[in-house]
Amino acid sequence: MAAAVELRGVVRRFRRGVLALAGVDLAVGAGEFVALLGPSGCGKTTVLRLLAGLDSADAGTVRVGEAATAPVLSYVFQDATLMPWARVFDNVWLPLRIGGVSRAAAEEKIAPVLQAVGLAEFAQALPHELSGGMKMRASIARALVTQPDVLLLDEPFAALDEITRQRLNRDLLELWQRQRFTCVFVTHSVFEAAFLAQRLLVMSARPGRVIAELPVAAPQPRSGAWRTDARYLEICRAASAALESGLAEPAA
Amino acid sequence: MTSPRRVAETEGTALRWLLPTLVLLGTIAAWELLVRLRGIPHYILPAPSLVLATLAANFGSLAQAWWFTIKITFGALLLAAAGGVLLAGVFALSRTVELALVPYAVVLQVTPIVAIAPLILIYVDSTTAALLICAWIVAFFPILSNTVIGLRAADPNLRDLFRLYRATPWQRLRWLLAPSALPYFVAGLKVSGGLALIGAVVAEFAAGAAGRETGLASRILEASFRTDMPRMYAALLLVAATGVAIYLLFNLLARLLLGRWHATERD
Repeated sequence: MAAAVELRGVVRRFRRGVLALAGVDLAVGAGEFVALLGPSGCGKTTVLRLLAGLDSADAGTVRVGEAATAPVLSYVFQDATLMPWARVFDNVWLPLRIGGVSRAAAEEKIAPVLQAVGLAEFAQALPHELSGGMKMRASIARALVTQPDVLLLDEPFAALDEITRQRLNRDLLELWQRQRFTCVFVTHSVFEAAFLAQRLLVMSARPGRVIAELPVAAPQPRSGAWRTDARYLEICRAASAALESGLAEPAA
Repeated sequence: MTSPRRVAETEGTALRWLLPTLVLLGTIAAWELLVRLRGIPHYILPAPSLVLATLAANFGSLAQAWWFTIKITFGALLLAAAGGVLLAGVFALSRTVELALVPYAVVLQVTPIVAIAPLILIYVDSTTAALLICAWIVAFFPILSNTVIGLRAADPNLRDLFRLYRATPWQRLRWLLAPSALPYFVAGLKVSGGLALIGAVVAEFAAGAAGRETGLASRILEASFRTDMPRMYAALLLVAATGVAIYLLFNLLARLLLGRWHATERD
């Protein structure tokens, strides 16, 4: 399987000399669901921003998609990041609107996406009228409306309560199952990573590097039962151990 | 069904209007009584009834002056809003221009208008234009600085999103920066509304102009030369009423523009 996104020996140094990434190597195959797991401040977000083209590496190579065609990228932030003055419909319309799609033409794309994230009845709601979970659903709808090849998610459910988080995890998996975009999911939760991903990449504390790779050989679609599976618990244990070892390493 | 909370809210709204109105009526009644009972002569303190009677008797000339002051105030405000927004837009596009011009905007702002007004009145032929410039100088800065801050206040993640989807600068300005700056602009407008009136009145005092094409400040000056206290109060009443009207107008405007989504105007 050809890699959809790839980082080779990527170094990123911020102003005042803070080394954020010290030679990151990772590759994600087309249609693969990978979780990037690491302690806060380890450069997970920097990796996503590099992939999205919002930041550039000081050394190493970043490759997204095949050389010939630029893939469609979408990004889901930690906060829902909706425009507070715009209704849900208009927020979801934004990426298409920037691309020159009229409201009428966008309608037939937006309706099914809102349906898919369970917000069909809230198209005309303003963000402040929605709960935290619903805002995040709107944010995901906005990311999916362009039918992305690559979906980048930056701790999207970190601010939500546990029940909402589990429901959104399940719904995200279902959407992925259906559309098979390449998915890079950043999280600091071992349990969330092990529930969602086909493969876990564990990063060390700053300066960030990928220090462990854990394949999750569990059948998809996964249900709540997977959370009590012995293999799930084993992966959680291994990922926690890898995280621990990454913290213990002295800063280079 | 009316919930207890709804009742409490209605009572709160009623109280918000009723209480100041009662205080106002009480003050006016006390004033009237004081003047009548103590027999205070009208050239020291005119009774409210006399002020109103004077206002009614002189309404023709006062209304003309009033209209002139209103024209200067809103003319200056309009120019300040246009200039402030335009310059803020330029600042947002070019950091260099901002660095070059901001000190001058600050100098203009911190120098008292009464000190600049005589100069402007000398250099500018038309008194009306000079007054307009003075009022504009005072009203301009709050709109400029607020709009500049507002244009920068756009959510950094939303900015990234616009970059990710390769929005043009124009799309970014229309769909992200302008709506983000709107609450700040409106706040600036509220401040500038009051300042424009102050600028219009103060500049006219400095001009000391007389004649037909003059505003309320000239009426107050004329009346003060003749120690015509009731007329001074009558003109003052109109200035104050204009200030209050401007305040209420811009609060209403803020509600209309932002009420739907912005936290400051939401119930």
